[in-house]
Amino acid sequence: MLRRILVSLGQFAITVLVATMIVFLLLRVMPGDPAVVALGINATPDALDAWRHEHGTDRPLWLQYLEWMGGLVTGDFGTSYVTSQELTPLIADRVQVTLILVGCAMLLALVIAVPIGTLAAVRHRDAAGAVLSGASQIGVAIPNFLVGVLLIAFFSVRLGWFPSGGWVAPAEDVGAFLQRLVLPVIALGSVQAAIITRYVRSAVLEIMREDFLRTGRAKGLTFGGALVRHGLRNAGVPVITIVGVQLAALLIGAVVIERVFAIPGLGSLLVDSVANRDLLAVQAVVVVLVLLVVLLNLIVDVVYALVDPRLRREAA
Amino acid sequence: MTAHRRIVRTVALAAASTLALAGCTAGSTSDDEAKTGVVVGLTGEPANLDFTTTAGSAIPQVLMNNVYEGLVKIDQEGRIQPLLATDWQVSDDRTTYVFELADGVTFSNGDEFTADDVAFSIDRVKNDWTLSLKAQMDVVDRVEVVSDTEVRVVLGRPSNSWLFAMGTSVGAMFSEGGVDALATDPVGTGPFTVEEFVQGDRIELAARDDYWGEAPGIESATVRYFADAVAQTNALRAGDIDMAWNMQAPDLVSQFEAEDFQVIDGTSTGEILLSMNNRVAPFDDVRVRQAVAYALDRQAILDAAWGGYGTLIGAMVPPTDPYYEDLTGEYPYDPERAKALLAEAGAEGVSVTFDVPTRPYANAVSEIVVDQLAAVGIDATIRSAEFPAVWLDRVFTKHDFEMSVILATEARDFATVFNDPDYYIGYDNTRIAPIIAAADQGTEEEFVDGMKEAVRIVTEDAAAVPLFLFPNLVVADAGLTGIAGNAVTESMDLTGLSWAD
Repeated sequence: MLRRILVSLGQFAITVLVATMIVFLLLRVMPGDPAVVALGINATPDALDAWRHEHGTDRPLWLQYLEWMGGLVTGDFGTSYVTSQELTPLIADRVQVTLILVGCAMLLALVIAVPIGTLAAVRHRDAAGAVLSGASQIGVAIPNFLVGVLLIAFFSVRLGWFPSGGWVAPAEDVGAFLQRLVLPVIALGSVQAAIITRYVRSAVLEIMREDFLRTGRAKGLTFGGALVRHGLRNAGVPVITIVGVQLAALLIGAVVIERVFAIPGLGSLLVDSVANRDLLAVQAVVVVLVLLVVLLNLIVDVVYALVDPRLRREAA
Repeated sequence: MTAHRRIVRTVALAAASTLALAGCTAGSTSDDEAKTGVVVGLTGEPANLDFTTTAGSAIPQVLMNNVYEGLVKIDQEGRIQPLLATDWQVSDDRTTYVFELADGVTFSNGDEFTADDVAFSIDRVKNDWTLSLKAQMDVVDRVEVVSDTEVRVVLGRPSNSWLFAMGTSVGAMFSEGGVDALATDPVGTGPFTVEEFVQGDRIELAARDDYWGEAPGIESATVRYFADAVAQTNALRAGDIDMAWNMQAPDLVSQFEAEDFQVIDGTSTGEILLSMNNRVAPFDDVRVRQAVAYALDRQAILDAAWGGYGTLIGAMVPPTDPYYEDLTGEYPYDPERAKALLAEAGAEGVSVTFDVPTRPYANAVSEIVVDQLAAVGIDATIRSAEFPAVWLDRVFTKHDFEMSVILATEARDFATVFNDPDYYIGYDNTRIAPIIAAADQGTEEEFVDGMKEAVRIVTEDAAAVPLFLFPNLVVADAGLTGIAGNAVTESMDLTGLSWAD
């Protein structure tokens, strides 16, 4: 168990290191001089030079990279080229927003997917099951942003029930916060629900054929009782794996959904920063995303081991 | 069977609770009591609030006239009007301006506005601004403080553009004690202050109760930023914003016209310019450039690309400029003439690369332009250039392009574009440079005449093809009055807004 976690941590460190290098280099080969973008078409050559000097973009790449890494280790992402804002507090703000969005979306996805997936498995021989898995199949194929746009068209524009976008921090006004949360969470969560439903269904189908379920029933449990007492825990292992993977996918989906709903999260920051060649801000966002994804995998690994005693023994 | 039923019940419960969540939050949707504030939707967010060191019109769009004021103001017809200066006298040699300043003006930090602030602000442009816009202040030789309310500005030579520039962002008046945190905390003499700036979301303005002039009709204005025009109009229809300013999707406008919204087709100073690199073949040949001008049916382009909104112009001069002249008849749509010119230049069947920036207007016009050019035998291949980064780098800085299209937004930017051979278009300005220099120093009449002459020469040379004047489309709640729909400077003036009873 411990070794397993240590190995994961090692992989974690290497992944992050490699990711920082790739991100750093990719951004440097991208066309577009950040100084010109920051100062615009009216900038004088002197101003451009001064800007490059001030922001260090005229220095050797390896030096820029080392400086940046030095900052990262101490949790300092540097200062935005364009807004002159400290990036660390800014990123902290944005991460909160994105995590709330992703967390709620996953919660919604699970609330929908677990019962429906189970139902689809249990009723896999009749029409209800077919309808449910057909519906989830369609859900999987619809992109998040399309759901978002449709939701806005219907619930904000047509019915006027919800704002079409924007964000209010929960600490500021809980009602307004929830109001703005609903549509993006549904947009993100419903597609996830469809995906996870399919995994839940196949996981439950799998265990329905297992002996322990039959044994459970032989001992007098109802089918549902046996499923809940013995089955779901077993079905949980593959579902947890997929939840981990899908959380990563949700983070990426959030980048798009934040754009659709004008939500100031990591995604919006990423898109704006790329357009403005605000390289340090892009680097910061990407590193945070990488960290989150890798961290998720680490957590899934650990949870996985905790849920499935066989893995614990194996590793010991 | 009971098990199945239980699962069904769970599903139903989950669904019901989701709906309940939706329902209860929907119940608290905002009300429609007497409104005192206005929410404005814009696309294109400023990176910070300091337009003295950060380029682009996004910052002055929100701050000029609302938070900062100049000595003069450019009105909706493009004329110069008094603002902080109630009156001014110009000497006979037109190099000395004496401004009378309004009394009892204070900055939002409480500092009094005096002649010292005028001197400070003008000097600051020369010393601390990093944009080349600051060159507009080069003509100022010195500023003399006569008294608290009187200031004398001495120019090195007469200039007709200077006073106009004083009504734009370079003319903004700052307080010496208010320039420490321009990027986050602007201090001006305007009727509003910046209450909050939430990066990636909105800027909140609040009316000052100690404003020196007539108080605005609204107590607050929130400017919200959207990723694109669709999001902007959705918010308008959902009632999240009261006004969509500078809409970039004309095809969405007609729906609003049919509904209970007001649609304003305002003018702007932005010209959609089909630019050709005058330095390189085939566009170093004036006949090829003229051929392009004859080959394009600009009315068809305007109709197809921008829903007919906008104005046809024959040169890069909007009708609100004093030296505007209707030159739309100079290059009538004439594909045969275009073919003949191409043949004469030996450029039949020529192939060019067309760098199209990733902007809605550019995408909209490029396909039609390519079609029309193909009809006369110019084979243009579209190459997409991410805007701003790649376009600025490749086209604007490195001049590595043959043909491009861009929205030139600045007011009175004709000379910027054509009176500089090093500018990205690369027009040889030897014919117009002396004329423009003389015009700027001449009397107002000489200025207008000289500029007209320069414009005609550039048009004759077909240095670039202005496709149309970009409209400033505004869609707003029917109850909102006092909308300044013409974008004659970079400013979106909110000071006249109020709600009809």
